[in-house]
Amino acid sequence: MIGLMSSIIPEASSSAANIDALIELIIVIVGAWLIAAEVVLFYFIFKYRRKEGVKAEYITGEKHHEMKWIHIPHNLVLAFDVVIIVFAIMVWYDVKQVQPPADETVRVIGQQWSWRFVHPGLDKILDTADDVETVDEFHVKIDTTYHFQLQSIDVLHSFSIPAFRLKQDAIPGRTITGWFRPTRLGEYDFQCAEICGIGHGIMQSKLIVETAEDHEKWLKAHQPQIASAAPAAPVAAAEPASHSAPPVQPVAAEPAAAESAAVQTAPN
Amino acid sequence: MNAAHTQASGHGHDSGHHDAGHHHQTFWQKYVFSTDHKVIGMQYMFTGMIMAVIGGYMSYVFRMQLAFPGMEVPLYGLVTPSEYSSLSTNHGTIMIFWVAMPVLIAAFGNYLIPLMIGCDDMVFPRLNRLSYQIFLLSAIILLVSLVMPGGGFGGAWTSYPPLSVSQQYNLTPYAAPLWLLAVALEFVAFLMGGINFITTVMNARAPGMKMFDIPIVIWMIVIASILFMGSVGPLVAGAVMLLMDQTIGTGYFSPQAGGDPILWQHLFWFFGHPEVYVVLLPAMGIVAEVITVHARKKLFGYKTVFYTTVATGIISFFVWAHHQFIAGIDPRMANIFTVTTMIISVPIAEMLFVYIATLYGGSIRLTSAMLFALAFLATFLIGGVTGIPLGSTGSDIYFHDTYFVLAHFHFTFFPIAIIAVFAALYHWFPKMFGRMMDETMGKIHFWGTVVSFNLIFIPLFYSGLAGTHRRIFSYAHFPELYRGDVQGMQVIATYALLVLIAFQFVFVFNFFWSMFKGKKADANPWLANTLEWQAPSPPPHGNFAEMPTVYRGPYEYSVPGREKDYWPQNEKPE
Repeated sequence: MIGLMSSIIPEASSSAANIDALIELIIVIVGAWLIAAEVVLFYFIFKYRRKEGVKAEYITGEKHHEMKWIHIPHNLVLAFDVVIIVFAIMVWYDVKQVQPPADETVRVIGQQWSWRFVHPGLDKILDTADDVETVDEFHVKIDTTYHFQLQSIDVLHSFSIPAFRLKQDAIPGRTITGWFRPTRLGEYDFQCAEICGIGHGIMQSKLIVETAEDHEKWLKAHQPQIASAAPAAPVAAAEPASHSAPPVQPVAAEPAAAESAAVQTAPN
Repeated sequence: MNAAHTQASGHGHDSGHHDAGHHHQTFWQKYVFSTDHKVIGMQYMFTGMIMAVIGGYMSYVFRMQLAFPGMEVPLYGLVTPSEYSSLSTNHGTIMIFWVAMPVLIAAFGNYLIPLMIGCDDMVFPRLNRLSYQIFLLSAIILLVSLVMPGGGFGGAWTSYPPLSVSQQYNLTPYAAPLWLLAVALEFVAFLMGGINFITTVMNARAPGMKMFDIPIVIWMIVIASILFMGSVGPLVAGAVMLLMDQTIGTGYFSPQAGGDPILWQHLFWFFGHPEVYVVLLPAMGIVAEVITVHARKKLFGYKTVFYTTVATGIISFFVWAHHQFIAGIDPRMANIFTVTTMIISVPIAEMLFVYIATLYGGSIRLTSAMLFALAFLATFLIGGVTGIPLGSTGSDIYFHDTYFVLAHFHFTFFPIAIIAVFAALYHWFPKMFGRMMDETMGKIHFWGTVVSFNLIFIPLFYSGLAGTHRRIFSYAHFPELYRGDVQGMQVIATYALLVLIAFQFVFVFNFFWSMFKGKKADANPWLANTLEWQAPSPPPHGNFAEMPTVYRGPYEYSVPGREKDYWPQNEKPE
């Protein structure tokens, strides 16, 4: 609407513009209220400062013509609330309540402290032998509607891609589905948005939005080596693509922590 | 009127008791094991202040880390990720449960209720003492949890399972249960306090004080106590369940055992959101007292304020899931909570309009207390309006868990727990200690505090708009998100925090200097109406030399046809 949000952070999905328009609408409405209220407040503070010999007025605020100064703004606030509610629910409905038909489905799995992505592969069907599984690197095609199946294997995580205006918590024991449609090429960093332990601050990933051709090239280059063998899980560890993601810097994490992280990710 | 009778009969009994023990109290009886509401109020206040220093120190450490990742923080050292989580978790926990709650509700509630309703003490003085002792125990347990092997609990102040349940996940085998135990005990303490507050106000008012003659701050504390008591039950139950999950292997919140982690979120926020109003209301009440006295004005629409307070209280029970829009609840449910959340903005906005309208036609004295009260209105407005994009489902998808949320709730909690509390301290200090605080130092402290506070959190709104997430100990790991403009905001915020902290030394000096060397205050230095100003400064054990009788409401300032511009509630009509 006023281009504020897109000037701060790119809009890279089909929902982003709608969410930004809602945010900007709210900023305009509440901004106007805020300025009005502050102006009146400061005006009163300066106008009614103590002057020698001037006594304050005695106003109960309980007479009809006095109450209107509260009732009129009261009703206006209510009216603006209704406007915001209507637009908020419209945006919410499109983003979260309905899912347009999927071109492809991907699986996103959070764990302490990395993201695993199961790409459906060339056959565009999940849970087949050509699925490509990566860690901390997520490849999607532009202008394609994706459904994601969000899972967690340990604690709560939150799958949040600011450039997509996308956010959804992952809950162990459940699969939560959602959707997005990338509309802008590029690479976007994102990280877990729900505190998930001491490695929360390094649980980052890279999203790569690429053209259909590039995506196919990437998929072909990363076909699982063991063609018909077992599920894709063990492949992930050996998957070369995961190494191209920015290496996790060995920050001052305690050794004990690192050990137990390894313990947790192994079973399940 | 019935209340007045009950109180009168209760009185004779009580005053006998006080006269007996009045003069021969040892130091321990007088200051440590006292049942005097004023001493208990002070105990809560000083404990809260000490906790505020600890919580403030924590914010200093993690803000330094955020602005300058990996630096050796002076007076601390290197901040590890687990220490960062623990510091931010315990900063939040301490500031809400061990600073805002004890200072706003317990300290001012205890100190002001008997004085402002004109009786000699709480109706259950020993329960009151027990409440403080349990509170102190809970504070000690929390502080002990910080130095346990493995470090302090770092699962955020919301303590979401499964992270908070399993030591395998949170890596703090001792601190996680101790943290929870401390929080649960603290709630028990405030439950006792709440029982006391409500019972005292309903039964022990001075003769003649009708329901609508009760000062607004007292109403607000009573309604806050009712909210607290109504909402805390599920959380205490949840805390016990979580404690059992942690210690004896039950599975209420564990998906592997058929439990549901989201259940905890419901139990937590069913308490957690009314809790915001539990601390907001006493702060609003304090501001009502301060602005009426220092603007010499009658409160604009006493009953409007009262009914909007009740409405806020009721609606606050129906908004909790706006904290969980993207947590995995049914998306259809979110719509209901966005409606209730928007609706609660109406009574709160109305309350702020009433306060602004009260200034109209006033004779405003810009004392330190009044400056802080006005700053509360100016800053809380920002906190209020920035809640709207978070309560609205569509935009919350983007803002949830970003610095926007953080900046928003600091713009509500800082005015509540810090600015309003300063207003109250500058206002009631003469009553508490019988001396005036220094106004020049007060004003230096005011400007230093309010300007730097805004400079901390306004930049963080920008960080939130840029999508920066909270609880990330170093953004340096995210090359694309570690943008110069966003990181610049973190640096500004940290410098502003250093300035804020520096100015608090002015306050501490002023506070203690004035306590001993300040100008002597008479009983009613601000020429106020409410009953506490009719007692000597400081009030003795038993409060009033002669128990007051009330003839009028609390805000009869500048009444036409009267020479004086105030009219104490207990002054006999001619």
